[in-house]
Amino acid sequence: MERKRRLGPMGVLTHAALGIWTLLVTVPIVWTFLASVKSEDEIFGDAWSLPATLQWDNFARAWEQARIGQYMLNSLVVVSFSTFGTMLVGSMAAYVLARYPFRGNRAIYMLFVSGLAFPFFLALTPLFFVVQNMGNVPVIGQFIGLNTYAGAVLVYIAYSMPFTVFFLAAFFRTLPTAVAEAAMVDGASHTRVFFQIMLPMAKPGIISITIFNILGQWNQYQIPLILLQDREKWVLTQGIADISTAAGYDADWAALFAALTLAILPMLVVYTVFQRQIQSGLTAGALK
Amino acid sequence: MLFNRYRRGLFITSFLAAPVILYLVYVISPYVQAFYIAMTDWRGVSATPNFIGLENFQRLLGDSVFWKAVTHNIALLVLLPVITIVIALFFAFLLNVGGRQGVSGIPGSGFYRVVFFFPQVLAVTIVAVLFQQVFRPDGSGMLNGPLMGLGLNPVGFLSDPDVAFWSVLGVLVWQAVGFYVVLFSAGLASIPKDMFEAAQIDGANRITLFFRVTLPLLWDTVQVAWVYLGILAMDVFAIVWVMTDQQGGPDWSTTVMAAEIYRNAFEYFRFGYASALGVVMFFFTVGFAVLSLRLSRRERIEY
Repeated sequence: MERKRRLGPMGVLTHAALGIWTLLVTVPIVWTFLASVKSEDEIFGDAWSLPATLQWDNFARAWEQARIGQYMLNSLVVVSFSTFGTMLVGSMAAYVLARYPFRGNRAIYMLFVSGLAFPFFLALTPLFFVVQNMGNVPVIGQFIGLNTYAGAVLVYIAYSMPFTVFFLAAFFRTLPTAVAEAAMVDGASHTRVFFQIMLPMAKPGIISITIFNILGQWNQYQIPLILLQDREKWVLTQGIADISTAAGYDADWAALFAALTLAILPMLVVYTVFQRQIQSGLTAGALK
Repeated sequence: MLFNRYRRGLFITSFLAAPVILYLVYVISPYVQAFYIAMTDWRGVSATPNFIGLENFQRLLGDSVFWKAVTHNIALLVLLPVITIVIALFFAFLLNVGGRQGVSGIPGSGFYRVVFFFPQVLAVTIVAVLFQQVFRPDGSGMLNGPLMGLGLNPVGFLSDPDVAFWSVLGVLVWQAVGFYVVLFSAGLASIPKDMFEAAQIDGANRITLFFRVTLPLLWDTVQVAWVYLGILAMDVFAIVWVMTDQQGGPDWSTTVMAAEIYRNAFEYFRFGYASALGVVMFFFTVGFAVLSLRLSRRERIEY
């Protein structure tokens, strides 16, 4: 009976403190959603007024003129390939480094992991020229140079290696060896053991890091900023960053709020559905 | 037997080839080149670089804008972890052991965790544009609207050089707190509940419980948080570049190292000089990493 008491004074204070932060997080976002259906005049008027009529055409302008639809599609293309590629080559490298002792294993592992400590901006200038030079490679150059999706995808994959290899190698080390050994005795090849036995066993770790990479690559800004300078090729983060500087956009504020809303809403939906996996995926690295 | 050895070697090589080549070409080689480019006078896209030794580094010693940027990074390095960790620890404690008797979670803790964490999944550029609107200098701004409604003067959150830096810091904290609430909650969940109950029976109140039991047991996680936030503070770019006036202004009051590197490389086309700034940033980051490793050598509490 004791345990079923009403909320004490401490309980009220606790909820009040937590409630304040809840408001701090939600109010700016809700305010943006609200502004996305206001007219230009209302946006420049009192910040807290409600829209008189809902201006849904703001969204049409954001989608068409501000090309949010195009940028989202570009992001989708880049991230699907880059995350798939990251997971494929990252898990292959992590598996070999975790389970196959050979001379140089440790050195290669350290080479990957050391990338975690380098500031990206040190590589900024040379990276631009590396990718530019890739554009001059015969035959395939036109696909992997500046302003190409494949070029950006390869760079995304390369810069995702340190964390992916670090995390997955640690994960593969914790898996039992018996099943793989039994399969080898039965004559399965190394490659087959990896794809049909070890990879399925590593599923929880793979899922965590896939989520981590999808979010990280979807939200990536620095890399496309230097490698995809052609407006046609922009990803969503570039499109969003650009509309606020109003360059070439005629400062359509109503459409800006609509564009922000369009960028936030899918994240909100995905997050609401997968919040448990996303939280564990993102914090996975810190808890290792 | 020999055939098996051969097959094993072939397998290792085939699995490592793609990741290692990609990594060498796109990550290692740019980093190595940066140290060389830093010692050239390379400007513009077509010009040929000349080796000039340490001249760039001499010049950057007198570059007041860059040193402003360094000061801001160092201020963030101290303030961002401290503020974020204090707030996150407070909330994590309330959520997990703030409940009845001070040992259980409070009702609705799951809801709070979900809401608090959400800013973390948003792209930094989205957060930057969002707060640019929140911080608008007139009555149409989310914050200045009510302030002016109360008859107060509007605050130039982004236009006043004395205030802009704090706005940047505030947004960084806003986005980061939820992640660390979840991180610390996970840390707290791994501490056996009887620890808290035992302390409670011995008559510990909430404050003692926090400082004498929770904090020492969470210390490892707090250190991880400190390193993460420190790296975040060193790498700040998009918030400053997208949100602030004149990309690091007004009057350079919010600029950071990453922004100056980008500006020098892709707006002034001083590739050599930008790389030299990158090298300085590299040493700051490595210095921070070494320092935090040194400081974190502390007895682990086993439980």
